Amino acid sequence: MSNLLDLVVAGLATGAIYALIAVGFTLLWQASQTINFAQGEFVMLPAFLMLAVMHAGAPFWLAILAGIVLSMLLLGLGFKMLLVDPMLRHGVLPLAIATMALAVGIKEAVKKFFGAEASPFPSIVPAGDIAIFGRMVSLQSIGVLVVAILAVIGLTFLLNRTAIGRQMQATAQNPAAARIVGIPVERMILLTFLINGFLVALASLLVTPIYLAKFSSGEALGQAAFIAAIVGGFNQVRGAIAGGLLIGVADNLAAAYVSTQYRAAVPMILLIVIILFRPQGLLGRAEERTV
Amino acid sequence: MRWGILTGVVLASLVTTAAYAQSAAPIKLADVAELSGGGATAGNNWKNGIDLAVEEVNAKGGILGHRIEVTHADTQSNPGVARAQAQKALDDEPYALLGPGFSGSVKVVAPLAAEAGIAEIMGGEAAELTQGGNKFLFRTSFGQQSSMPKVAKYINDEIKAKSVAVVWVNNDFGRGGRDAVTREFGRYGIKVAADLSTEAGQADFAADVSKVKAASPDAVFIYLNEDESARILKELRRQGVTVPLIGETTLVGQKVVELAGEAANGARGHVGLTTDAPVDLVRAFREKFVKKYNYIPDHNGIKGYLAIYMIKAATEKMGKPDSKMLASSLHGLTIKAANEPGILMDMTIDQNGDIDRQGFLVEIVNGKQVVKQVLPKLN
Repeated sequence: MSNLLDLVVAGLATGAIYALIAVGFTLLWQASQTINFAQGEFVMLPAFLMLAVMHAGAPFWLAILAGIVLSMLLLGLGFKMLLVDPMLRHGVLPLAIATMALAVGIKEAVKKFFGAEASPFPSIVPAGDIAIFGRMVSLQSIGVLVVAILAVIGLTFLLNRTAIGRQMQATAQNPAAARIVGIPVERMILLTFLINGFLVALASLLVTPIYLAKFSSGEALGQAAFIAAIVGGFNQVRGAIAGGLLIGVADNLAAAYVSTQYRAAVPMILLIVIILFRPQGLLGRAEERTV
Repeated sequence: MRWGILTGVVLASLVTTAAYAQSAAPIKLADVAELSGGGATAGNNWKNGIDLAVEEVNAKGGILGHRIEVTHADTQSNPGVARAQAQKALDDEPYALLGPGFSGSVKVVAPLAAEAGIAEIMGGEAAELTQGGNKFLFRTSFGQQSSMPKVAKYINDEIKAKSVAVVWVNNDFGRGGRDAVTREFGRYGIKVAADLSTEAGQADFAADVSKVKAASPDAVFIYLNEDESARILKELRRQGVTVPLIGETTLVGQKVVELAGEAANGARGHVGLTTDAPVDLVRAFREKFVKKYNYIPDHNGIKGYLAIYMIKAATEKMGKPDSKMLASSLHGLTIKAANEPGILMDMTIDQNGDIDRQGFLVEIVNGKQVVKQVLPKLN
């Protein structure tokens, strides 16, 4: 029991990162029916961009800034213009397969240019612990959790409380109607891609000190976030957040109290149960489509 | 008459050139290693060590006048890919096969090399690898059957631990190490307080460390690959585990120190090979490696380097390159560093392909490996 708080906080911290990535899944799906199977690699890449800027002699804060901007340009603007726009007209499936190819391409490119070995990555949160309810909890876990929660609150505020956010939601719900009422639909979709570029850069900044910068680190992240998005509800941002946190905590608790050997199976079992009993996800809304 | 002499000279020179070319046919080596995936740190060190040794040997005229040519293939740290790459390499009839480093990959590659009658010099450390009677398989480092008794003895004699938590990676390497060390613990009456299997590539060790803490052991034995060793060391430090952390080479390697930073301090382990060894030739190797690759190699860099010099010594013993006889020449071979400096430390290869050499007990102090004890060569 004494370790429960440690496990829950560490699980929430990991889950918050999954949530950031899963939110990107849902945003892109809602805005442009894009299932981005390269989302994990999108999280891996900004860390290497930041490391490259640091190796060029820039301080960490400047590398973070440059990494975020480059991520928004490459993984937001570039992704939309060079891959999504040309492929989407051929349907959702070809686009999904194209993103799988993109994932392989990014991984191989990073391996080629930065090497296959893991590299350490500095943390924005200092090492050490703070006392919560008489228990020492890692500052890093708390920091990751706080930054991720702030990002999600900011995103929710943008979507629900600003004109741009409402236009984005209208675009997601019914692009044709949105276009009729004068909403610049294309610009809103682009904005969604830029936000995803920002979120993956943020996730990269938070997760890489723990996962280490390695070309293959996106695989596990992408998979966990994809499961989180389905468990929470692929068509709801709040669902992706809930799914991310749930997967993070369930994984840790399963490893501690069930079996370390079968921990990887727990998110999968959760996924199967959710699909069987609540296909729209925990907080998702049921969608009906005409055939 | 003049034309006749000229023709004769040209013909003679052509024949001589052809004969020389024949006698100096290159020795072709095929390396199959973990150049990407979970074993990339080990595999790239191994590859760089090989390349450094090949460059040196070729610069001094090759082996008995034959230049070495080496090709590198990537197993992606996947046994299935390793087998396919090894088969492809063996189809080209190399003089010897180098690698892989992962024991699981060695297990599937070794029968292919044996069937082809080609000596395989590899980096795997699982005890079982050399216990199946394969006469073509050779180690470059200690197997677990050699290293784990030393680790267990150290934990019993020096740490005086009565209970130990064992954290191991769930693959052939990890399972072999865990089985070997727990067997040794049994001999000393040391209780295994927690037996925790982890996955290769695992990132989050919060739950595992939490279980270690709950078991309250006197020491923790960690047997993971380098990246995961770094991650668990960070988590152990974060959760305030203060008991001795003991492992093998993969816990106290240079890459682990680089990745884990300050959290690596205090970790101890038995290493068969370390670039911090108090041996002049090892220090010289380290300098050459750093000069060429701009980073400090781990033990895998030394293993790759030694593999080339093992082939060189065995070939020189035969007097001519003969790939079919190379394995027999390696068996029972003792290579003295005084005669072959590239071997770095005196080494004896036994009839199973296992090696005998001096070893070291090291501790990470202020981010550096410090050799605490030198364990002499047995024979």
